[in-house]
Amino acid sequence: MVDPNVLQPKPEIKIMGKKDVHLRKYQQIIAIFKSNKIGMFGVSIFVFFGLVALIGPLIFPYDPLQIGSGDEVLQSPDSTHWLGTDDLGRDVFAALISGSRVSLGIGLLATFITMVIGTLIGISSGYIGGKVDTILMRFTEIFLVLPWLPLMLVLAALLGSSIWNIILVIGFTSWSSTARIVRAQTLSVKERQFIERAKAIGANDFYIMYKHVLPNVFPLIFANTILVSAVAILSETSLSFLGMGDASHPSWGMMLHYAFTSGAASVGAYWFLLPPGLCVVGVVLGFTFLGYAFEELFNPKLRRS
Amino acid sequence: MKLNYLIKKVTNAIITLFFVLIINYFLFRVMPGDPLAMMLRDPKASPESAEKLKQLFGLGEPWYIQFGLYIKQLSQGDLGMSFLFKQPVVEIIAIKIVPTLLLVGVATIVSLIGGIFLGILAAKNRGKKIDVLSLSFSLLSYSMPTFWIGVLLVAFLSVHLTLFPTSGMTTSGMVFASSIDATVDVARHLFLPALSLSLVLLGQYVLIMRNSLMDELTEDYVQTAKAKGFSEKYIIRKHAIPNAMLPMVTVISINLGFMIAGAIEIETVFSWPGIGRLMYEALLNRDYPLLQGIFLIISTCVILANLIADVLYGYLDPRING
Repeated sequence: MVDPNVLQPKPEIKIMGKKDVHLRKYQQIIAIFKSNKIGMFGVSIFVFFGLVALIGPLIFPYDPLQIGSGDEVLQSPDSTHWLGTDDLGRDVFAALISGSRVSLGIGLLATFITMVIGTLIGISSGYIGGKVDTILMRFTEIFLVLPWLPLMLVLAALLGSSIWNIILVIGFTSWSSTARIVRAQTLSVKERQFIERAKAIGANDFYIMYKHVLPNVFPLIFANTILVSAVAILSETSLSFLGMGDASHPSWGMMLHYAFTSGAASVGAYWFLLPPGLCVVGVVLGFTFLGYAFEELFNPKLRRS
Repeated sequence: MKLNYLIKKVTNAIITLFFVLIINYFLFRVMPGDPLAMMLRDPKASPESAEKLKQLFGLGEPWYIQFGLYIKQLSQGDLGMSFLFKQPVVEIIAIKIVPTLLLVGVATIVSLIGGIFLGILAAKNRGKKIDVLSLSFSLLSYSMPTFWIGVLLVAFLSVHLTLFPTSGMTTSGMVFASSIDATVDVARHLFLPALSLSLVLLGQYVLIMRNSLMDELTEDYVQTAKAKGFSEKYIIRKHAIPNAMLPMVTVISINLGFMIAGAIEIETVFSWPGIGRLMYEALLNRDYPLLQGIFLIISTCVILANLIADVLYGYLDPRING
């Protein structure tokens, strides 16, 4: 359970120096996180897969072009191939490790694009208001309504399957919910007094949006980023499974595509079918937990008493 | 429901539809893999057929005339010819839409009923085992790639236990003695794809029904009803549940995109002869006219369904006035 003292904003914070306030904030964050099992679970998964993606490929080198000999095809797990081999005799474990880098990389970069677009549109829409708001929100609604997978598939098919195109396609089609969330938060920040004061001393709109609105919206954006990256990784998996992936950089979705097209299901090659899917589930679960934990952290209303 | 709410929603739908048309028209001509340029570059194409193509698409004319021509052809129900099947796109889609509606329809009904039931159960037993269990299930089904659920079910139930056929909608080459036999055969083929899609949708519906009902239970009118001496059961059934169902209407429309994504993946896994499988084939063969047609049809359906849900919601909830 959360210590009630931790949750209460302490009145003396106001008279502390800026550094102390920050220190206090971090201590508070860590305390809340430690008391939040779900958050800790999310953090551990995040760290685990982060390390695997960063260091793993150095220890277990993998070359997707290197194909094993005929008798190495679809071997069940043994001491040389810990997770067996795939339809072309490649080591599944090494592919899995190298796939983590591709899947996470695509997910994070696509999320970055999503966040930049969503934040720009959300803040401008909320802060400027009026006609700009109407137009931007209409535009956002269009992207909210359009069925995302067919849109991504059409774009990916037209652009051609390369890693960068997949990142662009996911990034440019997934920003609508972020824009809405950021806009809503901007509307509430806009009404606060310090914005009025900044205006009174002659700050221009861009300055206010950048220096005052953004920092106040940022915690929410951060929590949303983690949730969005879970969705981005799922999207990438679906796109790759449907044959839109980059064959020279096989992701987990691509592995599942190969597993499916080579008929791993009908020969019972579970070592080829299960691990990539389990990794996706693990990462998405972890990121979702982490995202919710951060949302709870930055939005005290959501905290359970 | 106010008139301007209706007008706003209808204009939104029209704008969105127009945007889809623009995507469909410009993307398929501007992008690197421009299918028209590809057709014209084809060395096997005779000069006459190239001339005919140019005339058909109004090439050489300004873009607005070309766009006008495209809209005119669309309004006549002409979506072009498929490269792969050498048939009009409209005809191909018309055949494939029935199996998709069957699959999505069955999955939606099953998951909605299950979702509402489980959601109510979870909300009533908040924090207890059944609640935790249904929450975990929702989270898990949310984090699983839809197609992966399908592939695992095929591997385990069809291949390993040979309980169900692995793919298709009917047993090929089989002659049925009666229409009952034929229905049973389709049902056997439908079971796994419908189950996979239901599982994915179920998680969402459970979560939303649970949260919506829990929100309602904190409302003042529930307190009032309690004070009047109504039983807990009666209040939940007669007061809270009808109100909690309201958000489900919007959720179904928001879920449409999700449902379609699920249908594409599941139909691909099970070779279910619907629109989703067709889209996969169009993608693999870069059959652009077919892809364009499918995208247009799917988007139009989603936009219309959203509009219907919005209007229905405005009608059901008098507080909404846009």
